[in-house]
Amino acid sequence: MSFEPGTELGKANLDVFAETLLELAQDNPDVLAVTSDSRGSGKLVPYAAAVPDQLVEIGIAEQNLVGVAAGLASTGKIVFAVSPASFLTARALEQIKNDVCYSDQPVKLVGISAGVSYGALGSTHHSIHDLAALRAIHNCTIIVPADNFETAEAVKAAARMFHPVFLRFGKRPMTHLHRPGTAFQVGKSLLVREGSDVAFIATGETVIHALLAATDLEREGISARVVSMHTIRPLDTDAILAAADECRAIVTVEEHSCAGGLGEACAAVLMQANRHVRFRIVGFPDEDTVTGSQLEIFTHYGISAQGLAGTARKLLASTDQ
Amino acid sequence: MTAVVLRIKSIQYRLRLLEYIKKAGAGHTGGSLSCVDILNVLYNRVLNVSPENFADSRRDRYIQSKGHSVEALYVVLADKGFFPESDLETLCRFRSPYVGHPTRKIRGIEQNTGALGHGLAFSVGVALAGKKDNADYRVYTLLGDGELAEGSNWESMLTAAHYHLDNLTAIVDRNQLQISGHTESVCRLECLTEKFQAFGWSVRSVDGHDVTALADVLGSIPFEVGKPSMVIARTIKGKDVSFMEHDAKWHHGVPSDEQYERARRELETLLMEAGA
Ligand SMILES: [Mg+2]
Repeated sequence: MSFEPGTELGKANLDVFAETLLELAQDNPDVLAVTSDSRGSGKLVPYAAAVPDQLVEIGIAEQNLVGVAAGLASTGKIVFAVSPASFLTARALEQIKNDVCYSDQPVKLVGISAGVSYGALGSTHHSIHDLAALRAIHNCTIIVPADNFETAEAVKAAARMFHPVFLRFGKRPMTHLHRPGTAFQVGKSLLVREGSDVAFIATGETVIHALLAATDLEREGISARVVSMHTIRPLDTDAILAAADECRAIVTVEEHSCAGGLGEACAAVLMQANRHVRFRIVGFPDEDTVTGSQLEIFTHYGISAQGLAGTARKLLASTDQ
Repeated sequence: MTAVVLRIKSIQYRLRLLEYIKKAGAGHTGGSLSCVDILNVLYNRVLNVSPENFADSRRDRYIQSKGHSVEALYVVLADKGFFPESDLETLCRFRSPYVGHPTRKIRGIEQNTGALGHGLAFSVGVALAGKKDNADYRVYTLLGDGELAEGSNWESMLTAAHYHLDNLTAIVDRNQLQISGHTESVCRLECLTEKFQAFGWSVRSVDGHDVTALADVLGSIPFEVGKPSMVIARTIKGKDVSFMEHDAKWHHGVPSDEQYERARRELETLLMEAGA
């Protein structure tokens, strides 16, 4: 049976992160996971059992977690600092800025249960500011994998990087998006589906919803492209400009505030390249974010097959840009 | 290096750091003067680190958490040959790498610091890596006393004790002053010894300007096997310049021409008295 993107359910990206990290750690004793009482939420319990000397428990102290990780990394250790994205990138933001990015210590910052993965727990546990915060800090690659393949590749790529990187994972099982043999490269987006009327430029756990919307739109004769923009920095500007040149409209999709995330980054690329294309940003608006499951929150804000198809349809039908 | 030579070096360092602060028109004068003797003893008596072994993973590490006193560090590193002292003529100038806080762009500096409450966590990481690798290097960090109000320090103290990091030493430049005034009136710290002990550290207090006493204390680390070592160095902010001592206004005060001349004369007198 041939593989069709968007049809087979895989594991949670977090599980794949933990499995990939364990493989790396078993190959190389310098690989370390540093956790803030987060080994359970990081799916690192099997890791801790298999390579106990390669797990550094810090306790619930995210600032300390990042500072210690920077010190470990300075000695040549391959350090994954693993903590819920909401705490890692807010409470420890100064440590990320100074100890890791400014000091150029090659820590791999891993934001777990990112976006609204902890949707029902309230805004304390949502991480919808992290891309904006990190985009404004120099010297940090930002990767938001969409499926299990992208996750495994991103973790392996991060382990090889000599500079800071932020990875962001959710905890719901993800649908496979890429055919076997697909090549993953940091900074180079992946085309999930070809299309020429509208382009969905989506990132992370929203990509599958863009793909399902594209399938729906096809039935109406609308050809929708789906791009998985897994790397937010460096941004794949070629793919964004190609979408503007080859499609009539662009819809960006992200599990993040509309302020300062993927959408605004794409808008800046397009405007500064003088591309005037119909354009919408789908993400979370500037309001007290609703609570519920990740999917309920997605649906509420139009990050669903129906919502995204509707946005694309209206955008294509609009006469003003 | 004998105590007399160390004492002379300290005064020479004070003269130089004042010269570069005066030329730059900027700098953290009081705190640099208070920690010079500590840096002097570390770099000339304690640390196994030099321009020759700086790339060697077995070198000792010094991380200056109170980054604002970078002028003291710069003159000591220049004296040790990490870079030509004439580089310091560019201190704080446009695009000079010699900025007002430590950065790794300068040879000899391990980590970018300056925001307070960061150096100890980094040092814990380096010390923990040393334990994992069975390396015998040691890690030293210098904290300001005002800096101790940053909660991150206390998080890192927990971790250092938890992992029995007896290869780690923190030194507090206990000059009793911070930018707004006396530490005990800004945010009470005492009883510091008991607090550090309660956090699992082995603590010693020392006259932070007595180079012999400093060398003795820093030479007997770890104080207890299995525990990180804390040195409370009792110091005087603005040390050795009469009108700067014990005065918070010199935290980042830059002397006028007249004040600079007066400070220079005082230090030169001390230099003669020390036998230079
Ligand atoms: Mg002080």
